[in-house]
Amino acid sequence: MEYIDILLSANFWAAAIRIATPLIFGVLGALVCERAGVLNLGIEGIFVVGAMCGWMAVWLGAGLWGGILVAALAGAFFGLLHGILTVPLGLSQHVSGLGITMFATSVSYFTYRTALPKVSSPPRIEAFQPLDIPVLSDLPFIGPALFQQTSMTFLALAMVLLVSYVLYRTPLGLAIRAVGDNPSAVEAQGLSVFALRIGAIMAGSALMALGGAFLTMSAFDAFFFGMINGRGWICIALVVFASWRPGKALLGALLFGAFDAFQIRLQNEVGAVIPSQVFLMIPYLLSIVALVLVARKADYPRALLQPYFRGQR
Amino acid sequence: MIRFEPRSNVSSLFAFALPVIAGITALVLAAIPIAAAGGEVFAAYGHIFKGAFGSKFAFSELLARATPLIFTGLAVSVAFRAKLWNIGAEGQLYVGALAAVAVGTGAISAPAYIMIPLIILASMIAGGTLMLVPTLLKTKLGADEVVTTLLLNFVVLLFVQMMLEGPMKDPMGMGWPQSEPMTSAATLPKMFARMRIHWGLVIALVSALIIYIMMKRSVWGFEIRATGENVSAAKHAGIPVTSTFIKVGLISGALAGLAGVSEVAGLKGYLTADISPGFGYTGVVVAMLAGLSPVGVVVAAIFIAAVFVGADSMSRAMGVSSYIADLVVAMSLICVLISNLFVRFKIRFVRPKKTPLVAKGEA
Repeated sequence: MEYIDILLSANFWAAAIRIATPLIFGVLGALVCERAGVLNLGIEGIFVVGAMCGWMAVWLGAGLWGGILVAALAGAFFGLLHGILTVPLGLSQHVSGLGITMFATSVSYFTYRTALPKVSSPPRIEAFQPLDIPVLSDLPFIGPALFQQTSMTFLALAMVLLVSYVLYRTPLGLAIRAVGDNPSAVEAQGLSVFALRIGAIMAGSALMALGGAFLTMSAFDAFFFGMINGRGWICIALVVFASWRPGKALLGALLFGAFDAFQIRLQNEVGAVIPSQVFLMIPYLLSIVALVLVARKADYPRALLQPYFRGQR
Repeated sequence: MIRFEPRSNVSSLFAFALPVIAGITALVLAAIPIAAAGGEVFAAYGHIFKGAFGSKFAFSELLARATPLIFTGLAVSVAFRAKLWNIGAEGQLYVGALAAVAVGTGAISAPAYIMIPLIILASMIAGGTLMLVPTLLKTKLGADEVVTTLLLNFVVLLFVQMMLEGPMKDPMGMGWPQSEPMTSAATLPKMFARMRIHWGLVIALVSALIIYIMMKRSVWGFEIRATGENVSAAKHAGIPVTSTFIKVGLISGALAGLAGVSEVAGLKGYLTADISPGFGYTGVVVAMLAGLSPVGVVVAAIFIAAVFVGADSMSRAMGVSSYIADLVVAMSLICVLISNLFVRFKIRFVRPKKTPLVAKGEA
């Protein structure tokens, strides 16, 4: 009976949406890259960069939205690097992505340590606060669950709409989808495969960085080492689960958030009997299960992982 | 514009020189962050070099650091050779260490000549079995092994924490989450008095030799290379691709498991949840620097270990954050990736043709 109570509480759904928010950014980012035909395993490191740069910018006085901008630009920069390595140079997307993750993570940690050599507790910023929208926030149930989130959650939801609008309703989106399926056809139209792919990777990486920024600027108000903790990799699994569709990506992230929030509450109920690590494993195992469930019928973008050289084939 | 022309044959000297150049380039690029952190660049390089090679003790530290990297580097290189993307060496290292601890902390008492092979075998079985899971998920269900191996690293680390706080916790450990110490029969002896270098290094070198012979001279090696070159061609040629992947997964996981037993039984003497500062992930860099060659792995592991040990001592002396080492490692991976391009292609700078038709398509 208690489990039903959990599912019916507004608190639970508020937590689910809060947990889902960085994943929404991350899955969307990975989706944009992969739709253009490039796997971006730099995601884990780009999350770190977004978290660190966004936080650092606010800490230096840029303001919260300034921090968002800085995080997005930093993400796009590492996206550009991944783009150059994998698109015109055609290097292994797996290895390059891992390289970007290592590079981005170590740059972030090094910068943080250099800027703040001796701090015992990480300095805090004035983070995004839950919105208080007149009328809506006061609605029963829906108010606290949905309308008392921070602006970044609404930004994430807006990004779902924006990405699906661009991908499905604009010529640019058509070109991006085509470049991930059949790059030579795009080339034949007189469009640049390189520019489309690099542009998509940069945009996708900027989105990923916002996922990281959410953690330091909304969920928490400080930067910690190791705070990303595999969230990026989870997004890579979820994007397959979402079969590369923005709407399903939102659904997947929310489902994941709900499972995770449920797991945390369950931990409080039966925590004494079962070690906490069992619960902490659940998100990772869940991602593996999600991946396995859809793996057989996954409809990968056809040119994913395949470098394109002009005049080939 | 730039044109890539495929190279037909690569001189071995050239193929050997490129990763060296890549590593040096990464070291030189480190001057930028060192200077940005306010360190004196030349003095910093001096400290790095002295810290890694300056004394017998420093060199022993370096080899002790290189030992787990040889194992994880070999694990990654075998897997990548077959294009099985095992990024899970970190997790396989931990289950290997856990298995060694389970066997070697008093559960069985036997003389060293039985115990040592036993803990080694246990760690290999544990590492191999862990890697079997993503391999089977890949071959049977088509789930991408990159994601599954990466995610399993987190699961394994949590599992190790759970064991160290629960059933495998040392009751004499002052409350720290650590395992009981390995019995003296289940300890890899140190090679020299008062130095941390231990017989794990010899096991690592022997493993490299065995993998070298396997890849070069055996049918397995041939099958692994053929599968990596082109799966469908290999299938067509009658190579059992699925069982090759499984073999590769088992070998790769077992090698990473060896890194775990070597750290626990050779260096630390007991298991903690932070026994590896990312040796599994660094193994990817080692393998790439080595061009996936087993002998190259030994050289690359020593280079990366030198960066870590040298940077640590530089960091202590100059106050530049020790994350500089991770930065150099990451940059060497990116540099060696770029340098691979020069192995595969001749790069020609050609003037674009001035015909309007072609010019329109230029980017």
